[in-house]
Amino acid sequence: MATQNKSPELKSPKILVFSTDKISDPGIDQAGLRKIHYAPYVYVINLPCSSGIKPRWILHALENGFDGVFIAADGHECSFSARCPDHTNTIVETTQELLKEKNINPRRVRMAAVCSVCAEPFVSHMENYGKILAGLED
Amino acid sequence: MKERIGVYICHCGGNISDYVDVEELGKMFHQEDNVVISKDVMFACADSNQKDMVKDIQENNLDAIVVCSCSPKLHLHTFKNVAARAGLNPSNYVQVNIREQCSWPHSDRPREATVKAAGLIRAGINRVSFSESLENIELTVKKSVLVLGAGVAGMKAAIDLAKSGNEVFLIEKDFFVGGRIAQKDGLFMSGQKGKEIVASLYEDIKKQTNITVFTGTTVEKVSGSLGNFHVDIKVKPRFINGKADKQAVKRAMDECPVSVDDAFNLGLTKRKAIYKNYPEALPDVPVVEAELLKNETDFVAKFASTLNLNEQEETLSLIVGSVLVTTGYDHYQPKEGEYGYKTIDNVVTLPELNRLMELNPEKLVYNGKQIKSVAFIYCVGSRQTKGENKYCSRQCCTSTIHTSLQLKEKYENIQTYHVYRDIRTYGKQEILYDKSSKQGDIYFKYEEKEMPVVEKEGKSTIVKVKDYLTAKKQMEIEADLVVLVTGMVAREDSTHISEMFKIPIGRDKFFNEIHPKLKPVETVIKGVYIGGTCQGPKNVSESVQSSLAGASKITALLKSGTVSVDPIIARVNADACTWCGKCSDVCDYTAIKEVEADGKHIAAVNKAVCTGCGICAPVCPANAIDIAQYTDQGIESMIDGFMHEVEIREKEVNPEEVQEEGKVGMKEYPQIWKNILETMDEKTTIPQVVEKLKVSGELVTYHMMTMNRYGVVVPAGMDAKEEYFYYKKK
Repeated sequence: MATQNKSPELKSPKILVFSTDKISDPGIDQAGLRKIHYAPYVYVINLPCSSGIKPRWILHALENGFDGVFIAADGHECSFSARCPDHTNTIVETTQELLKEKNINPRRVRMAAVCSVCAEPFVSHMENYGKILAGLED
Repeated sequence: MKERIGVYICHCGGNISDYVDVEELGKMFHQEDNVVISKDVMFACADSNQKDMVKDIQENNLDAIVVCSCSPKLHLHTFKNVAARAGLNPSNYVQVNIREQCSWPHSDRPREATVKAAGLIRAGINRVSFSESLENIELTVKKSVLVLGAGVAGMKAAIDLAKSGNEVFLIEKDFFVGGRIAQKDGLFMSGQKGKEIVASLYEDIKKQTNITVFTGTTVEKVSGSLGNFHVDIKVKPRFINGKADKQAVKRAMDECPVSVDDAFNLGLTKRKAIYKNYPEALPDVPVVEAELLKNETDFVAKFASTLNLNEQEETLSLIVGSVLVTTGYDHYQPKEGEYGYKTIDNVVTLPELNRLMELNPEKLVYNGKQIKSVAFIYCVGSRQTKGENKYCSRQCCTSTIHTSLQLKEKYENIQTYHVYRDIRTYGKQEILYDKSSKQGDIYFKYEEKEMPVVEKEGKSTIVKVKDYLTAKKQMEIEADLVVLVTGMVAREDSTHISEMFKIPIGRDKFFNEIHPKLKPVETVIKGVYIGGTCQGPKNVSESVQSSLAGASKITALLKSGTVSVDPIIARVNADACTWCGKCSDVCDYTAIKEVEADGKHIAAVNKAVCTGCGICAPVCPANAIDIAQYTDQGIESMIDGFMHEVEIREKEVNPEEVQEEGKVGMKEYPQIWKNILETMDEKTTIPQVVEKLKVSGELVTYHMMTMNRYGVVVPAGMDAKEEYFYYKKK
């Protein structure tokens, strides 16, 4: 979980965000568009739907330098499936079990619904999650 | 693995390069083994750059490109088209968002923004290295459309679709067309009656030979996909002999001995077992509720040649290329006791009042009493913090105020009281609110924490409200009739329709479009569109607008007879799959089926049906499913790219090179700017530059505006004819 970047300033936790093309990624774009600042250690991968995230991707991120993975889920706004919140929740639970087996703190994966105009909530999630991750010692 | 990649890093005029050192990044990625070209460009999206990219791809045999600029939502298709024009498969292109997700949110920390951009770009290069050349899926489509629901939205869309050359099947569950609008009297703003609109639309439908209307019809089964939906419909019988003469049918209606509550009039009146919703209802053939006549043997015998009680329901199969769902809404039905509904005798809903008014042309009478005062209570069943309906039904404020105005126009000496939470008469509808206020309607404002109460005190019905307009004074309004302003809710059968067509339903139970702003009538099911109030509360004109938008989309879709759909779908690794069915269980679209191949049972994906959502991928215990462009290799290589070590050199700033604030932050202007500057005399207009450079006016305008923004040129007054601005070099 240690950051590998050589730049001396990069000490804050690195967060990988999985966003969704139609819902949460536009919300994250909005934060940028409105110049609402958040930590530059947040990297985003967008997918069609948050229910399509494979636990192995999350593990790969955490085993290769990321401190936390945040799923910016579609929630009830998902245009693919009304069961999306349940599916995404199952992915988080499955991943947390895998993390426990590998002695990684399950709090290193987190999920919250982020809508297409949720600029402030996204930034607030990043701030709070960054603080939580900074306090984790596994 | 791609070995000849082109990387283009955009300055975006300064939107990116003011915070991210794009020149340094351009040099950094030029050193990568599989990167043949790495450039920083002023505007990646500019025509001139697009042409350069096409040239680069062709001259350098690039097998993939990465464009690092703004959000893919803006220019994904621009650069896919660049790739296609250069003969490169568009799937071998990746866009990296270094503006909305890097330079802008990190404008306060430019150096870290550059480090992050380096990670993002490297992730993009990694991802494109594993990209596959995918071909769009070509489907043959039938130029026929099923329009589900013959309310005003469905009827109007059916006419539009038919006029555009499509065969249309218009299906209505009720035995008569028109839907809810037929229950409305004069409509805002035209004053036209709902029934007149229905009659006019039906007349137009009859003129279109390519529209077939089915009433009393429900959808029983749907299979197939975009271009070829197979829809089984059940047509219920009317039990009227088709050859019977109209006078005999009328006599049968008049003499029918059985009466029941009239659903069209919301139970306010009775109707016969042989009925029409209203005398002019269309199609002009009554319906018999055969079940109600089973004990009326004498009556049935008397009208044996008129009635046909042995008529059987029919099941028909239709094949359509696309589907437009316009199934409308239901009225919110207050619970017993909610504001005294059904427990206090003079409490009704707004739709009930509307029917009551049409049934009482002279005097407004309810329960035998003439009504002289009406109190409306707003937001009943809407905007519930604790209840199920969180949403605002938005058309009810206007509808109520319009009804209030009609009450005063139609009947003498009626006083109306409005007990509201907020008035939302948006747009032109505000005229009604203004008129209502001026004519003496009295408004009281309540808050959700202190809801009004309806009580019976002796013979009087009192509405008690803490009025926020008069410093929270407790007011008591005595009213002859209390009207609960109920909103729209999703139709009771919306779940059935959703299951049939696999349309996602939102938390509010209405159908979900893909995106409320960008794809407002499209659903994730290819070829299935939604319009009108089945997707949420709307007034009549908004309903028609959305259904016509759906009709236009369908016409464009079916026009050529074939459609090309995105190849981003699920794929099964047949070697790894051992068929457990989990993928099929989670697929809401039945896109995955069990098949037998080479002696083993495996999952197979229906390409036309799969939406590419990826929900099936994480549940596969054998990891045998992936989504095109979202493979394990692709995603994991991106993660590796983000984590790659980066060393950004601190830029040495030469005081002589410090830019004046507002001026573009780059040493070299793009070639097009240099060309424009060379043509400029002391004062030059855009047409003069166009003439000299022989390029499009649009291009010169675009660049001149940008040069002006960055202080390269400045306006210098207008020409003699006051048609164009002069510009001069700064």
